[in-house]
Amino acid sequence: MIPLLQRRLRDRTISAVELYAKTLTGLEDKSHLNAFVHVNGDGARRAEECHERFQNGIQRPLEGIPIAVKDNFCTKNVPTTCASKMLQNFVPTYDATVVERLKSAGAVIIGKTNLDEFAMGSGTVDSIFGPTKNVWCSKRDEWHIAGGSSGGSCTAVASGVCTVALGSDTGGSIRNPASYCGIVGYKPSYGLLSRHGLIPLVNSMDAPGIISKTVEDVNIVLSVIIGSDSKDSTCVNANLDTREFYDNFSIENCRIGIPEEYHCEHLSNEVKETWNFIADLIDDSNSKVEKVSMPHTSVSIATYSVLNACEVASNMSRYTGFLYGHRSTNDHESFGSLITASRMEGLGEVVRSRILSGNFFLLQSNYEKYFMQALKVRRLISDDFQQIWKSNYDFLVTPTTLTTAPLLSEYKSLDNRTQCATQDYCTQPANMAGKFNV
Amino acid sequence: MFARKKKIIHTFKKILNLAKLSRNKSTKIIDSKWKSVVGLEIHAQIFSESKLFSAAGTKFEAAVNSQVSLFDAAIPGTLPSLNEKCVEAVVLTALVLKCNLNTISLFDRKHYFYADMPAGYQITQQFKPLAVNGQLTFHVIDQDINKVPYSKTSLIKQVQIEQDSGRTIHDDSSQTSLIDLNRAGTGLMELVFEPDLCNGLEASSLVKELLLIFERIKTCSGRMEEGALRVDANVSITNSDHLGTRTEIKNLGSIRAVQLAVDYEIHRQLNILKAGKEVVNETRGWDSLNNKTISMRDKEVLQDYRFMPEPNLLPINLNLFDINKLQSSIPELPDATRINLMSQYKLDIRKTSILMNEPVLLSMFYEIMNSNTLRNPARVWNILTNELMTELNIRFIKPSQCKIPSYFIGEVVDLLDNNTLNISYAKKVIAKLFDESDKSPSQIIEENNWEQICDVEEINKICEAVLVENPKAVKDYRRGKVQALKFLTGQIAKKTDHRINFNVALKKLEELLNN
Repeated sequence: MIPLLQRRLRDRTISAVELYAKTLTGLEDKSHLNAFVHVNGDGARRAEECHERFQNGIQRPLEGIPIAVKDNFCTKNVPTTCASKMLQNFVPTYDATVVERLKSAGAVIIGKTNLDEFAMGSGTVDSIFGPTKNVWCSKRDEWHIAGGSSGGSCTAVASGVCTVALGSDTGGSIRNPASYCGIVGYKPSYGLLSRHGLIPLVNSMDAPGIISKTVEDVNIVLSVIIGSDSKDSTCVNANLDTREFYDNFSIENCRIGIPEEYHCEHLSNEVKETWNFIADLIDDSNSKVEKVSMPHTSVSIATYSVLNACEVASNMSRYTGFLYGHRSTNDHESFGSLITASRMEGLGEVVRSRILSGNFFLLQSNYEKYFMQALKVRRLISDDFQQIWKSNYDFLVTPTTLTTAPLLSEYKSLDNRTQCATQDYCTQPANMAGKFNV
Repeated sequence: MFARKKKIIHTFKKILNLAKLSRNKSTKIIDSKWKSVVGLEIHAQIFSESKLFSAAGTKFEAAVNSQVSLFDAAIPGTLPSLNEKCVEAVVLTALVLKCNLNTISLFDRKHYFYADMPAGYQITQQFKPLAVNGQLTFHVIDQDINKVPYSKTSLIKQVQIEQDSGRTIHDDSSQTSLIDLNRAGTGLMELVFEPDLCNGLEASSLVKELLLIFERIKTCSGRMEEGALRVDANVSITNSDHLGTRTEIKNLGSIRAVQLAVDYEIHRQLNILKAGKEVVNETRGWDSLNNKTISMRDKEVLQDYRFMPEPNLLPINLNLFDINKLQSSIPELPDATRINLMSQYKLDIRKTSILMNEPVLLSMFYEIMNSNTLRNPARVWNILTNELMTELNIRFIKPSQCKIPSYFIGEVVDLLDNNTLNISYAKKVIAKLFDESDKSPSQIIEENNWEQICDVEEINKICEAVLVENPKAVKDYRRGKVQALKFLTGQIAKKTDHRINFNVALKKLEELLNN
């Protein structure tokens, strides 16, 4: 899609300004899906600047391409709320590294997309801006969820408002909604993309990622935002030639593993059949498809719950409403009572319950039993992956979600923890091990 | 029993009295049955241009909230980047303190809510610090010259790197609290010492030695008045082999406070235990106005810091640092200087310590001695630490701001040696050097006619004149009234404006009187 747009922009069959206007119209037309939470006020000016560059023949790699950004990436002078009351009034003074790199490459940030509060969820349902709808098979009063937490970005792409969007993935937050929306969601390896400016959920698992309709588009955007960053010590220089990889990669002669443990209890027939279909498809080429075992898969979700809650408890400590964010307007007699009220008012129930359990796990008396134990199991899960690579497998093929996108009513009948526990079953082990995933 | 009690009350009173004096004397403050145990935790700000995890500056005198990066204010999405200069500074310090370095050390988060700690946690090294098992040897010198100085070694448990917090400023008039984040995120090294000291003097002596070391290796400015070095003291008392319940005195900001607070706390606990009550395990602060420790009461509930590894930082890997280069960059340390002063210049430990506590005087001493090795070190020491210091103190000038060049002081020493000056005029010359900085001591003497009268003929004349002018005193003396001699020398001094060489004059006078 991006090469097509680039050709038309170069041919002058469409100008950057027209493309931006069309994007805005699309955004307006699809507003009932609730994919966007803010529109970038600066977009028109940026589009004009792109237009000028085209006229002067000095265009950059993504000149004039409209891109949507999940509302947990900091964007300079554009509100960044994490879909939380706590950050409703928060306007960053800086751009996240990945956003900055998109902008320097000429991309036009059209706006910020919906998510679950602080990206805690797999539905894009728990948002102060209300849920995002799936573009497929949705009727006015009965519609499917977009998945989450990057549901806004996925719906923005799936509904055709823009070709590419940024998302973030901690336990499946890109792949889950991409799967529900029928598009490509790419979660890179941990450390490949800078997390600077991504408001964290779980620092040791968060990965910024790319959502688009084609793998080619993902690759084009990746080549722009990849690279080490002095502002993120965990971000490495991978020396990856994205172009070369994309042009020359062939699935032929690859060894593909099908981990049997991913065949779990709640896996729907439809997903199972698709999984088999894809496996057969690959098997028919010259690559080998074999069953493999990843014995610790089933305990991964429980481990993930503990580690997630612990880092959440820690990361959320800064939201006191003191320097920024929601501050209770009532009179308070002490710092303690002020921040208690501000946090109570500003943070949703899901967030608060994770903070509570995280703090419980981190208590000195529980640290060994829960946190240290979870870290050990995390290592075993990571070793499962290492074992596979050591046995010369190139890829694993697994389901992403257990079912297709549920109706909102079905989804809401479960609590957030159960939602995540079922929805993230197949996705979060890759985060635990820091592996890339499409 | 009664005697002992009386002694305690007596010493207690003495402590309180001492506390009121600016110059305090350490006393043996505890009786044989009870043993006091003191351990220090010292937070020293790492001397560096920028903060531990951000590029913000660390200027102390900067305007409020002007040394703050987004990370220091815990703005969402920001991440720490380790300042390697800070690591080098702490490694250097750990090497000097003879610690074992951990090749791999880790950062952890310590959680607590405080208004000047914007992230809700402090990044520190709880589980695997940069260095462990060091030691610091220092001299304990009581101001009471009857007490024999001794040296003592305190063991260091660990040296860790961590972030400093911001500052909360309470405005009582408007009942508001204001936050200054300039200090937030400044690198700190925490030195945790074993509880192996026994009183305030030992504690303050340890801190003094550490400051001398920092003065040499420049990894901490040592400016306690700016909060660059803060001391927490753990104090307990026992009459058995087990440690007693301890209290922690937080944030002692001067050497004097360390000494007074520890001694006060020992006596407070002693009184509690003597009365059959129990010491409460608590955090206390030092009230420097009333010279006592007070309960801080903010930690009534046991704090659980919910430590967690810091996920955004890689472990510190010392293989990536040039440790040998750091090791070879260590300058001469205070202990070597001390040994040198004592052996080469025959100064005793007291005089050595006094000189070393003022690094500027120490370097002047070396300059004066090096430019003429024949000078008398005791005389040089005396002029620097007595005459020059007195004049500095009168003028409220810190030694570090002293503008008088050492060769002028050397000249004064020489003028004393060759009898051009006597000691009372030496003082005047030094005073004059402050006011007329462009003149040398010789010039000052010449202009003011301050030269000592040493000419025997002249002295002879003056003495004879005084005898003629004071026949009554002469008569008194000859009748055996020895005090009359004092009166006559006084007259001689008066007549010559104290410029006369008294040794010679006195001899002459006695000679004349006895003839």
